[in-house]
Amino acid sequence: MSRFIPVRETILAAAILVLMFLIASRFPGFVAPSNLANVFNDTSPLIILALGQMVVILTRCIDLSVAANLALTGMAVAMINVAMPGLPIPVIIAIAILTGSFMGAINGILVWKLAIPPIVVTLGTMTIFRGIIFLISDGKWVNSHEMSPAFTGFPRAELLGLPVLSWIAVATVLIFAVMMSRTPLGRSIFAVGGNPHAAVYTGINVGKTQFLAFVISGALAGLTGYLWVARYAVAYVDIAGGFELEVVAACVIGGISIAGGIGSVGGAVLGAIFLGVVKNALPVVNISPFWQLAISGSAILIAVAFNARAGRTKGRIILKSAEKPVGATP
Amino acid sequence: MSVFKKLAASAALAGAMLATPAVAQDNVRIALVVKALGIGFFEAAAEGAEEAAAELGNVEIIYTGPTDTTAEGQIEVINALIAQQVDAIAVSANDTDALVPALERAMQRGITVISWDSGVAPAGRQLHLNPSSNPLIGNMIIKLAADHLPDGGEVAVLSATTTSTNQNTWIDEMNKVMGNYPGIEVVATVYGDDLADKSYREATGLMQSYPDLDAIIAPTSVGIVAAAQAVVDAGKVGEVNVTGLGLPSEMAGAVESGASQSFAIWNPIDLGYSATMLAYELSQNGVEAAPGAEIPMGRMGSLTLDDNNEGAMADPFVYDASNIDQFKSIF
Repeated sequence: MSRFIPVRETILAAAILVLMFLIASRFPGFVAPSNLANVFNDTSPLIILALGQMVVILTRCIDLSVAANLALTGMAVAMINVAMPGLPIPVIIAIAILTGSFMGAINGILVWKLAIPPIVVTLGTMTIFRGIIFLISDGKWVNSHEMSPAFTGFPRAELLGLPVLSWIAVATVLIFAVMMSRTPLGRSIFAVGGNPHAAVYTGINVGKTQFLAFVISGALAGLTGYLWVARYAVAYVDIAGGFELEVVAACVIGGISIAGGIGSVGGAVLGAIFLGVVKNALPVVNISPFWQLAISGSAILIAVAFNARAGRTKGRIILKSAEKPVGATP
Repeated sequence: MSVFKKLAASAALAGAMLATPAVAQDNVRIALVVKALGIGFFEAAAEGAEEAAAELGNVEIIYTGPTDTTAEGQIEVINALIAQQVDAIAVSANDTDALVPALERAMQRGITVISWDSGVAPAGRQLHLNPSSNPLIGNMIIKLAADHLPDGGEVAVLSATTTSTNQNTWIDEMNKVMGNYPGIEVVATVYGDDLADKSYREATGLMQSYPDLDAIIAPTSVGIVAAAQAVVDAGKVGEVNVTGLGLPSEMAGAVESGASQSFAIWNPIDLGYSATMLAYELSQNGVEAAPGAEIPMGRMGSLTLDDNNEGAMADPFVYDASNIDQFKSIF
């Protein structure tokens, strides 16, 4: 049975439903379709970043620089927009993705060629990126009235009832679902994380795969950088401060093993949605703000505990004959 | 104004009787030392200082400061001013304590020293001019909301973090004067942690939880901008007024879209004007800076000093559609 229905994802989806039921009992408006669409839209940046982070974590690495990468790219494109208001949005998006990929590649090169532990590399680049934002912006803000209407309007333009921001998240999920299950790169990412030594023997370049994972994560962070700045219509040094931890939390809740090799696109998406529901529900259910942090944290711990229990049933019995006496005793 | 004119007249009379004609013709040189040159806020303060100088007549303003916001740079500037034997120094300090020795030396040479905006420890100045005070700010933020709600209504506060000292003090002060605003009810206080995304989400949540909400008061520059954006995105411009404390350059878009009718922050022009007036009073009219003293500062009224020789200039200045264009390029 469990081969056909993934256990983790089912439990997590059920947990999200229970959570929404509890919220609806206190604030019925939360589960109205229009509000759920808003919640999904609000969670879209987290979904996109969680998918990038998933790829990195699967290869036994971690990318703590995503939020700083997002902020730097966001500031860069915002300043480009102020300098050249006529630049079309597709060009802006291409610049954002390229800038983000470049910063991801820096992480990747350091991990691949210099073999520095990823947590150290990305902790360093995180600080460096934030510093660079300060240098290029002089600590000043880029404000909504300075940005062009097209720049801030793109993520909120409606297409078939949902904002473009949501559609970008949906598209990213679909692309990743195909990439992780149907392409050599996707499979090699699992192989590298699952057993690096075995991966080498099958002809997979472990370092290069990790490098590519960082580039993918960087590209998504860059894309999100533009979307973020356009959505909140403001760019400054500290935007998305501490968001990298939320992204890692979404992955962990989604059942992506920090040890690498185990995880799924569905898990990462559900993990992000779980956090998104919690974050959007707390302001409306009238819980004292002093409790909110504690509740957020507890929700994460409970979700991870569920995952750990689900993960424990992983052991497989190879010799069917040896199973019988064990099964017969109780 | 009339008080000031009398004082100015008596000062001029005293000067004519006591001083030699040569000294009377000399301009009074007041140095406005800022945190760093090239910052819009301080350029505007210098503008105010020039206004005061023009009003006083015989005053020359020396607008100066280091090129970066360091205490070392300011000490060099102050030493140069001492060598030039200026009459008064009004400083917005980069460091509370580091400037004290240099400023003490200036006072020993008979130079009047005051600090404004960002203060110096009491030993290093005769008085300190605060742009505003906590009670004035607390009153202003609720007044901004109430002014647009003649029939009363529901307002909510969007603060920074639960532990921000400034915001908590202002909200406490606001609650103390709630009795003066009958019909205005504060339905909730939420915390956006000075993060754009969390503030946006909290503002959206407020509009959902309280469908009749009339105003969001955000006494924090990140929160007020995020709340204005949330109101625009929710299509509630005109129903929910976002107000509080923000910078004109950051709030220009919100005022333009109508999400914010008005907001407040100190006015740098008034600040530079008042600092110059105070420096002049102390230096030329023999006014003693002591606790309890009331020192006139031209069109801004007078400054009352507390036990630390500090005083608050005025209510925060209100910005709205009528003056935002003038100030958005300043700071």
